[in-house]
Amino acid sequence: MLADKDRIFTNLYGYQPWGLKAAQARGDWDDTKALLARGQDNIIQEIKDSGLRGRGGAGFPTGMKWSFMPKEPKDGRPSFLVINADESEPGSCKDREILRHDPHKLIEGALVAGFAMRARAAYIYIRGEYIREAETMFAAVAEAYDAGLIGKNACGSGYDFDVFVHRGAGAYICGEETAMIESLEGKKGQPRLKPPFPAGAGLYGCPTTVNNVESIAVAPTILRRGAEWFAAIGRKGNEGTKLFQISGHVEKPCVVEDAMSVTFRELIEKHCGGIRGGWDNLLAVIPGGSSVPLVPAAEIIDCPMDFDGLKAVGSGLGTAAIIVMDKSTDIVRAISRISYFYKHESCGQCTPCREGTGWMWRVMERLRTGDADVSEIDMLYEVTKQVEGHTICALGDAAAWPIQGLIKHFRPEIERRIAENVREAAE
Amino acid sequence: MPKVTVDGIEIDVPTGATVLQACELAGKEIPRFCYHERLSIAGNCRMCLVEVKPGPPKPQASCALPAAEGQAIFTATPMVQKAREGVMEFLLINHPLDCPICDQGGECDLQDQAMAYGRGASRYDENKRAVTEKYMGPLIKTAMTRCIHCTRCVRFSEEIAGVDEIGALYRGEAMQITSYLEKAVQHELSANVVDLCPVGALTSKPYAFEARPWELKKTLSIDVSDAVGSNIRIDSRGREVLRALPRINDDVNEEWLSDKGRHCVDGLTRRRLDRPWIRQKGKLVEATWDEAFGVIAKAKPGASIAAVAGDLVDCETLFAAKKLVGALGSTLLEGRQTGLDYDATNLAAVNFNSTFAGIETADAILIVGSMVRWEAPLINVRLRKAAKRGAKVFVVGPHWETTFAAEFLGDDVGVLGDLPEHVSEAMASARRPAVILGGGGLAKGALAPLLALASEWNLVRELEDGAKWNGFNVLHMAASRMGGLMLGYAKKGGIADIAKASPKVVLALGADEVDWSAFGSSLKVYIGHHGDKGAHAADVILPGAAWTEKAGTFVNTEGRVQFAEKAVFAPGDAREDWTILRALADALGVSVGFDTFEALRAAMVAEVPALGREGLANYGALPKPKKAAKAKAAQIGYPIKDFYLTNAICRASPTMQRCSAELLHGEDLAEAAE
Amino acid sequence: MADRAPAPDTPELRARWGDFAWTEANAAEVPKIVARYPPGRQRSAVMPLLDLAQRQVGAETNTQGWLPIPVIEFVARELGMPAIRVLEVASFYTMYNLSPVGRFHVQVCGTTPCMLRGSDDILAACTKRGMSKGHISDDGLWSLTEVECMGNCASAPMVQINDDNYEDLTAETFDKILDGLAVGGRPKPGTQAPGRHTVEPLGGPTTLREMVSANHDYRGEW
Repeated sequence: MLADKDRIFTNLYGYQPWGLKAAQARGDWDDTKALLARGQDNIIQEIKDSGLRGRGGAGFPTGMKWSFMPKEPKDGRPSFLVINADESEPGSCKDREILRHDPHKLIEGALVAGFAMRARAAYIYIRGEYIREAETMFAAVAEAYDAGLIGKNACGSGYDFDVFVHRGAGAYICGEETAMIESLEGKKGQPRLKPPFPAGAGLYGCPTTVNNVESIAVAPTILRRGAEWFAAIGRKGNEGTKLFQISGHVEKPCVVEDAMSVTFRELIEKHCGGIRGGWDNLLAVIPGGSSVPLVPAAEIIDCPMDFDGLKAVGSGLGTAAIIVMDKSTDIVRAISRISYFYKHESCGQCTPCREGTGWMWRVMERLRTGDADVSEIDMLYEVTKQVEGHTICALGDAAAWPIQGLIKHFRPEIERRIAENVREAAE
Repeated sequence: MPKVTVDGIEIDVPTGATVLQACELAGKEIPRFCYHERLSIAGNCRMCLVEVKPGPPKPQASCALPAAEGQAIFTATPMVQKAREGVMEFLLINHPLDCPICDQGGECDLQDQAMAYGRGASRYDENKRAVTEKYMGPLIKTAMTRCIHCTRCVRFSEEIAGVDEIGALYRGEAMQITSYLEKAVQHELSANVVDLCPVGALTSKPYAFEARPWELKKTLSIDVSDAVGSNIRIDSRGREVLRALPRINDDVNEEWLSDKGRHCVDGLTRRRLDRPWIRQKGKLVEATWDEAFGVIAKAKPGASIAAVAGDLVDCETLFAAKKLVGALGSTLLEGRQTGLDYDATNLAAVNFNSTFAGIETADAILIVGSMVRWEAPLINVRLRKAAKRGAKVFVVGPHWETTFAAEFLGDDVGVLGDLPEHVSEAMASARRPAVILGGGGLAKGALAPLLALASEWNLVRELEDGAKWNGFNVLHMAASRMGGLMLGYAKKGGIADIAKASPKVVLALGADEVDWSAFGSSLKVYIGHHGDKGAHAADVILPGAAWTEKAGTFVNTEGRVQFAEKAVFAPGDAREDWTILRALADALGVSVGFDTFEALRAAMVAEVPALGREGLANYGALPKPKKAAKAKAAQIGYPIKDFYLTNAICRASPTMQRCSAELLHGEDLAEAAE
Repeated sequence: MADRAPAPDTPELRARWGDFAWTEANAAEVPKIVARYPPGRQRSAVMPLLDLAQRQVGAETNTQGWLPIPVIEFVARELGMPAIRVLEVASFYTMYNLSPVGRFHVQVCGTTPCMLRGSDDILAACTKRGMSKGHISDDGLWSLTEVECMGNCASAPMVQINDDNYEDLTAETFDKILDGLAVGGRPKPGTQAPGRHTVEPLGGPTTLREMVSANHDYRGEW
């Protein structure tokens, strides 16, 4: 079990004030100047060595991402850091706790990361619905400016760095990095074609890195405690601590920071008071937010909760948003509701997603009630395959995978409903 | 030059080319909906997916992917085929499949590509989406349920037209293309979105339910509604012209056409002069050809005859009239109907020398007395491109709504004598400086002072790459202007010289803009096709052919010689103009020296060889500027008061009248018919 | 998406909102917002300005606020943008109300994590009070929207009403909140589960227990 001293987000639950003074007492902004003095390359190397992988879902190595940024400005274009606080993936609710309870960890991380990638400013893009959280962030940023921690000569380092907060207004797709950039530029959040990648041409056509809140907020602590400390937690390739968010049918849903690679059983037993109705009552788990395929009970119980462990059971860690479903769950409805979510959140730009998400949801709704033909299960599966991998961004994939997971693991249940419906109609 | 293979064919592609372009170079057809050569890349339809190695194990949108050295591109693998079938199926699930009642039928990308790449049947069993129609003005008919959201229309409006009025509202499957608040789209190129729309969502409102494309005869022609000489295709059935569409010519109109050039054609069947008329006791009465010729012969003009050319006349008609007038011993020829009398002895000085394609590359442009947007909408498109590339644009003349950043320097042509320092500086230091002189400037004596400035700013120069640059441009508005000038239709004092000579007979060749009150004693013979102003003033009317009803040569304002073919026959007793003039020669007892159209053309080319060669005529060097050329103070006025009603065909066109009323005069005619 | 069509652009609407202008306080706020973005990139401020405008309309109408067409055009003018681009933005993001809403905009999260924890009951409670999706209740108090995941999954089910979240709801606690709001009260936002602070496991945290009572500094134990 991860010791409390090894947890990064010590004010996760907000028992203590978020303000600068309290944050400093907990260790934030402690001689940040010295951190910066290590130099850009040194910081990036340390993050690389720590094994930190992006906490926003895709799990791309964070240090490597930073290293893609140009070392010298090209034709006078500045670089930007964009912090993705558009936490909208169903099941995910960890960044909210950082924003409202530990905002200074994020701001300090923004400075350190921004400095390392030679950015002139960071934009923190907070989803519009996080109204109070954004208020806290605005206030925290103002505090940091007033204390000289950011802005001109940040922390006395000689480096000028601005941090701005930008609020979204209700669009899941803005969590996609290029859609977020479009949105920041005052447009509809429609993902851009890649290439060019943001590191080459992102915000305002300038080199840009988009990082998740958690990825940025852990950086100062990693630098303070050293890469080895972070890398020693979790399995190889899955290093570090992680904020897990457990929702659904557990006794005590919660957000908790634990070691990567902790098993599902341990996580639930230790923090969540077990599965509602006991382990035998567990039906399935969506382990990484709505985008990843569900995993049936038997396969998840002793699975290590990390990138590789969940990949091995045909799913993914995603944002570590664990949606637990017990046997009372209408599993087809649970997935169909996710299909509705993607239909609702599709930006409408490209054909397979715009048309496919609606089609998939409508078929799912009929499968839910059994008002379908058995052959439509295969057809639906094929439709998901026609969406997956054919879209501009990953929303198409995210809409396809949950359905694929359902068909893979719960086909008999779907067939049962169809048969029952036919029987009822005949009677 | 990266080397790639496409389905095993190895080719070199230009640096910066996309995978889609590489496939086309290799002769492979790539289906697409959203991609368009002249618009930014959207990559949203996903129809152009191909397999590319090295790359991720999924198909790639070829329109947006740069071709890179060593790529292996596959356009026919099972992965690609499946991807295309999938996208096609998605495009069709919410498409109404109402092809039998859709005007796009037969020329629909969606139909064609569904046939070629679709899976043949849909598995979609749910209700289809229905989208309400959107009002977009008198030219664009919408059926938005058919829309496949390719956003070509949005990109055209924003990027090419420069008038941001179309957008995509909402999101996901609820996304809808609309003009802002469903108001009419307010610019001169709006109907081009009809061509761009790959499906039947945006179709031509005036052409609605008129014809099927396979019924139509297609004839290559030239737009005469302005002096750009847009290349068009006339689609006709029987004797009727049903529509005009742009042809691609990168040097002239790229692939656009002004709304006027496109939609004035319904004026061709209205208010037509289809029999001769003669004036008796002050009233026009119907007559036979013999009677009409008799009246003219009776006037015994001798050498006291003149020809005044209208704006829509082809070179052949001009030449035939010139020969007739010449045979009678007269040289009274003029085409500048409204009284312009600029010096036309050196045609280089009244030509658009930079060419249209060239003006795009100019980096400083001074416009004098031209409301380019109305006088030549397709040159305005080029100016917008130049401005987007960073050109500074200055305008002398009253303010008009530009589609690019421009600085207005004042309404008075006298400004030219006292330009602000930053303007002189910008013009003098530009690498490719250009001036554009329009009719409003020509009317106020701006030609000579501007030629002096041209010399001062060195507008004629050799560029660093050795290419020649001539940035001196005159922008005319009449399709017949440059041809007329080449054939000598210009007197020193303009049309005033003709009036002063008080000829016994004036041949008005479709001349509808002349102030005939100055010709009180002349017998006015109108040879033309529409019962417009010229016909009203005439003593004799000889019914001629509109430009679609005869073959003819036109020279545009950049001196480009182009041929238009005959699409349909003139109505009733109307005849091709050259035959009328040929017959009139007989009636007047003189010989013009040709009996066939071919002979006429041969004689014309013998006299003006440039008219026999398609392409830019060479007018030689600009004249030496006159030392004392100073601009005298005079308020500039733009000649066009109503973009949609500039000639007799337009004025007869219900569509143009509707556009004028609704778009310029704000009368709410919207959907009155429905 | 008929439920998100902009309110019709009528002469009455123009008369009511045609001369919309910032209040003094908001007028002072606008330059600060625009200054967050580089010079020449003022278009980036369109989202915050639309939000500000919606809030101002809300203050004027004593509702959550919405965006009449003339107000959208006002924002377009403020930023030198074509109105169609601003309308695109306003129609794309769900938090911009394109038609009027009630005093309280009850946004019930219905996505799977909340669904698993009983959002059906919450929606039923709304219906029982006469609310229906996309409509303003007869007393003008309530507008109801079923929204997608609000990121409060560990304290589900949840409802956002105007600017505040109410979490760990039951039909009963939710009803009490609505009762409180209806009479002008200010029910405590956040979790409604007795004894829960935020998103720690109910009954007390399993980690970082020192933090409950003091601002503990763990660095000494590194």
